Amino acid sequence: MLPDPHSVPGQCSRGRESRVLYCRVFGPDESLFTDQEREFSPEERRVLQREQTAVVARQVRSAASLSRGAAGRLLMEALPGEEALALQEADSGVLRLRAGDPFPEEMSALWLGVQSLGFTLVCEPHENLLLAEGTLRTLTRHCLEYLHLLGPGSEVLLRSDRIDALLSRLLPHGQLLFLNHRFAHSLEKEVAAYMTK
Amino acid sequence: MEFRISSSSCSSRTLHCRRYGVSLAGEMVRHNSYRLHCTFSHSASTSLRNAHLSVIMYSHGSESLIKQAREIQDSELQKFYSRLVKLLQGKELGHETVDSLQRLHLILSANKYIRTASEEASVAPLLPSEQFQVLSSAVLRETLPPAAHSGNYSQENIVQLNSHAAALLLSQAGSRADVSSLCSQLLRGLESHHVTLLSKKLVDWLRYASILQGGGASSGGFFTGPRSRQSFTEDQWMNVFSFSALRHWLLTYHSVSNGNGTADTAHRLQLSLSLSHSHSFSNDDRSEVDGSVVSMVSATSSSSRLLPPKERLREKSFQYCQRLIEQSDRKAHKKSDADLQKACLVEAVCILDCVCEEDASLVFRAFPCIKALFGRLSSDLSFARVLLPIAQFYLNHGEIAAVDCGLVWALVFGRFPAELFNDPFLAHELLRFLRLNLESLQLRVPQYTHSFPNLLKFLAWDSPAVVDDFVDLLPSLVTAGTAVELLHTLLDLPCLSATLVLQVRSTCLPISEQSGRGLLSLDAFRSPSFRGLFLFLLRGEAGSGDTIDRLSTLHELLVETADWPRVVQCAQTVPVLLHIFFNTVITVADEKLLAHLILVMLERSSLLLNIPKYNKEIHRVFSSHLLRLCKLHPSLVWVLGEYLSVSCDSRCSVTLITACFEALEAVLFEITSSAPPPGADCPAPRVVTTLMSALAKLASRSHDLIPRGGSVAWCSDEEDLVAIVTRGEELWSLLKAPGVAQSVLTPPAH
Repeated sequence: MLPDPHSVPGQCSRGRESRVLYCRVFGPDESLFTDQEREFSPEERRVLQREQTAVVARQVRSAASLSRGAAGRLLMEALPGEEALALQEADSGVLRLRAGDPFPEEMSALWLGVQSLGFTLVCEPHENLLLAEGTLRTLTRHCLEYLHLLGPGSEVLLRSDRIDALLSRLLPHGQLLFLNHRFAHSLEKEVAAYMTK
Repeated sequence: MEFRISSSSCSSRTLHCRRYGVSLAGEMVRHNSYRLHCTFSHSASTSLRNAHLSVIMYSHGSESLIKQAREIQDSELQKFYSRLVKLLQGKELGHETVDSLQRLHLILSANKYIRTASEEASVAPLLPSEQFQVLSSAVLRETLPPAAHSGNYSQENIVQLNSHAAALLLSQAGSRADVSSLCSQLLRGLESHHVTLLSKKLVDWLRYASILQGGGASSGGFFTGPRSRQSFTEDQWMNVFSFSALRHWLLTYHSVSNGNGTADTAHRLQLSLSLSHSHSFSNDDRSEVDGSVVSMVSATSSSSRLLPPKERLREKSFQYCQRLIEQSDRKAHKKSDADLQKACLVEAVCILDCVCEEDASLVFRAFPCIKALFGRLSSDLSFARVLLPIAQFYLNHGEIAAVDCGLVWALVFGRFPAELFNDPFLAHELLRFLRLNLESLQLRVPQYTHSFPNLLKFLAWDSPAVVDDFVDLLPSLVTAGTAVELLHTLLDLPCLSATLVLQVRSTCLPISEQSGRGLLSLDAFRSPSFRGLFLFLLRGEAGSGDTIDRLSTLHELLVETADWPRVVQCAQTVPVLLHIFFNTVITVADEKLLAHLILVMLERSSLLLNIPKYNKEIHRVFSSHLLRLCKLHPSLVWVLGEYLSVSCDSRCSVTLITACFEALEAVLFEITSSAPPPGADCPAPRVVTTLMSALAKLASRSHDLIPRGGSVAWCSDEEDLVAIVTRGEELWSLLKAPGVAQSVLTPPAH
């Protein structure tokens, strides 16, 4: 739950670099609780957090492209409206992030690769990865739909409040939720109401 | 830049925090509405811009937006701020305001370093909607947090924070002291009191589940919820949230303090925030958000309390999870619920494990339930991920309960790697389970060290994802009894990789169909005459043989697989694993075993799957470790000279002898060509003469090498020097008559 960044790195299939389009970290800064010789200034911590996110994004990108290469599947282009199909065809996996690289504690980074986009959920050791997997899929599906990510648009950058609103319901303060289909449906109706404003 | 969040409607207090370049003056109000007011102070620092991130993007539109956000000039930014402030002043907060806030957020977050600007502006209006709340929090997250210490937080207004704001402050707390003081103020300073209250509340919410159940056939308990209604009551929601947060709560609440009280407190606070936040959503009346954590925890439970709160929560959690497990045999109708059921089972077993750690007496009550669950799920591989926490439970508590864990380990080390090697999530969790329990497993699971043929299947299938785990696990798999077989297995990992791919393809392709694209390897895999080769690679346990005789045949059959991505990825990890293997094996092996391993190295240098660069890399690893072993145990050199001959072993080809000669030559050169560092011993003359003899023996068997038989001896002691030179001359004169040399220097076959 903490820190539990949810990041959406954008990846370009041509180039070797990727960009983080959205990132959210929950909870207090864990590095405060490790033994450190110096305390960072607020600005330094902000930069550090950005760099940690970048490290995760790079590793996920690498893992996703290796996984795709190994699977030898052709990348299909899903069109807007085919979000469910895109999700079904998505590559997925999980990475071990060693303690210190880049977080003080060991973490597991679950990832989904939909075309040139990567969606990552970083979990702490005690968190339920099976639940996290399902949650990530649900979040990805909503992001694809409500931000029109399958189209050429750049809405994610100017609609980040939608992701925030989505997270505040499905992952409040970073807490994974055990939702059966009825509870999930109820929350999704609220989400839909927000998105149509 | 100074954000002043003020409200005229409530008589709330202000919270002033001086920030580096940014001031936050907040009046946090009970309503989930507040005004956003921007002023910009003249701060010293210049705006910094991060220019080094890449410009390659998934869409041109996004790219240009980010570029604009980064490159916006200070003057333009100030104009933008003033426009935004004017918008916020207006009563009508429409689309344009939202859009501007979003752009402001983008500008702030697109820059790696903080943007500052200087402008004065005035006060703002109310921001009633959730969208503004969310946007404002997002904008604030991108600004700098208070640099000041706890003295700046006034007690009263802290308590008034809604969960968004409280979470924001917590996440931006700058030091351990700040976190500590913030937590204690938010929790009204009585940490243990709060924890007790919340624990009691959790018990209530968990108990609700028992109300739902036992209704008739229609009641599915946790997994189906109420059938007729679409909306849920508060208690039902809190039931969901309590279960969701329970494990973490128990871990931080109940765990033995490791001295990191601040961390635990902060985590508990974060949990409380999420519960209170969720609680707010479960209310129908959205405007009535009561963010105060303490006020959420209302009256203490009135039911009989025979146990203290901590123990009571433990007991209730135990019962809840037991019930959940028992109910899980009902099949869920929807796939999403079936997946949820698995996740719930994992959670329930983990919680049981957790409470049993705290109170060992619960183990005897828990085991019947766990055993029954194991019995129900063990033959169904789709529940493999549920079986792992069950295995953890057995490992932690099986000894106390004197339960036989044999079937559990047969699954974990047998069926799972053999049949589910291509499930990345199972691989991750199983390998993590091994890493976290290594000591315990080595003690309690005798077959662990013989299970490497199976475990390495995870690596052979998806090396990049799990090589890091094997870097940690491999040392524990290196034992004197299995070292030789392990070395062969590591060298043939790419072959295993190819075999697994063939196995998967074979099951996908109908048996009658020819491998249309001319896959000779697939035909070979299916052919009875080569079955034995592949079956050996696919074996589950060590002990049935170090390797196969027909390795070269196998390599020929797999020649076309050398450019398959999985095979190539696997080959790239073998060198690093070999380094780990050799570094570990010298700690457990005696000289005899080391000698055997050297012979394996020499034998296999010309017997590897032909993947580009693979042979070269392996040779590099071999020569560095051969050198090291010979330095550590000089008598091994004699072994090499003595036994490396065609009369001893038909596999001693010229190539092999030459390879060995070169390695020894390198050793001798290294030892003799430079003076040892001051204070260190001079290499024993015996080493040098042994080396020379070995070289001579090898040279005699391969006449091409004879001209290279001379060497430079270095020695400080004149007697030793004389001995070495004498021996050298003897050997040299022998080598002048190659035929004689061969018969003298090569021992007869016995």
